[in-house]
Amino acid sequence: MKIYDLIIVGAGPAGITSSVYAARKRMDFLVITGDIGGQTAYSGDIENYTGYQFVTGRELVHKFEEHMRSYDTNVKEGEVVIEVERIGEIITVKTNKAIEYQAKTVIIASGKRSKELGVQGEKEYKNKGVTYCATCDGPLFGDKRVAVIGGGNSALDAALQLERIARKVYIINNTPGLGGDTIMRQKVEKADNVEILNNSQVAAISGDKFVNSITVKSGEEEKKLAVEGIFVEIGLIPNSDFVKAVEKNKLGEIKINNGNETNVPGIFAAGDVTDVPEKQIVIAAGEGSKACLSAFRYLAQH
Amino acid sequence: MAKNVKVYSTPTCPWCIRVKQFLKDNNIAFEDYDVGSDQVKADEMTAKSGQMGVPVIDIEGEIIVGFDKERIKAALGL
Repeated sequence: MKIYDLIIVGAGPAGITSSVYAARKRMDFLVITGDIGGQTAYSGDIENYTGYQFVTGRELVHKFEEHMRSYDTNVKEGEVVIEVERIGEIITVKTNKAIEYQAKTVIIASGKRSKELGVQGEKEYKNKGVTYCATCDGPLFGDKRVAVIGGGNSALDAALQLERIARKVYIINNTPGLGGDTIMRQKVEKADNVEILNNSQVAAISGDKFVNSITVKSGEEEKKLAVEGIFVEIGLIPNSDFVKAVEKNKLGEIKINNGNETNVPGIFAAGDVTDVPEKQIVIAAGEGSKACLSAFRYLAQH
Repeated sequence: MAKNVKVYSTPTCPWCIRVKQFLKDNNIAFEDYDVGSDQVKADEMTAKSGQMGVPVIDIEGEIIVGFDKERIKAALGL
């Protein structure tokens, strides 16, 4: 079996940046990924990626992908990694297509995915009013009433996208006040059709064929709000289950040192899947670059 | 004969973009409906698929939800 210098798992900002560096170092490498762009593809407006005062997630991902593909990079798109294992000096990467690849180094840049609420009705009404992607499904809720669950930047981003489309936007936040960036918070607070419910939890989601209401609990008080759409934005969990050998923190994030090394030689990690402080597109991109340069140095020494 | 292909999508969803790119790459002609701005087509999509997630692809009456490349290929005979 062919042994690559490097396999990059994931093609979000971290994985794509790693691929650009790997191509420029003329490494013999492969990118394996379920999707292109990761969470960035689902972001609305981005105003903090250096060089762009304003760019949409979709446009930025397009630029990222263009950059990656400008080097004729071998991208296995739509293939999901299910196992990464190091035996001897070689790392084996298995995918959901029952294919095995081998490499001397691997960069795990598989990012994070949306956390679910775990309340009654959530699974039943998934894609029937319950969604985890305001960017994708938001336009379907024109002139309807919707609830955004969460209080951080992703919830604020969703609320700002929906405020332009929906008739009424409730924000259900379980803390005393909204978090996230001040500038986004101010925009949300200024919107006429947004109502913020702090110290509130979702108790249940109900409907008939589609969602028609949400039950919200604040303290002892419980009330039912009529909504057609529910946008869950309560945070993220790392896509790290497929790599058992590396050390992780209690959130499931892969532990790395400042050279992006995990505790397993040859396995590096970058971006939101790691315990790097702060999850930002610009940070993930930088981490991807560092991980590739570390892998390159490792290859020179082994 | 060319198959009758309809794509129900929103302009912003990443998987919608990839579905349409995939069809274009394979020279498949299709009707593109923006369900974000066309309420009639949005209702048609939910009625056909029983759900509200995009994209929905209708290939000669076979309804596929999401960018399910294998199913799309099979339905198109690619």
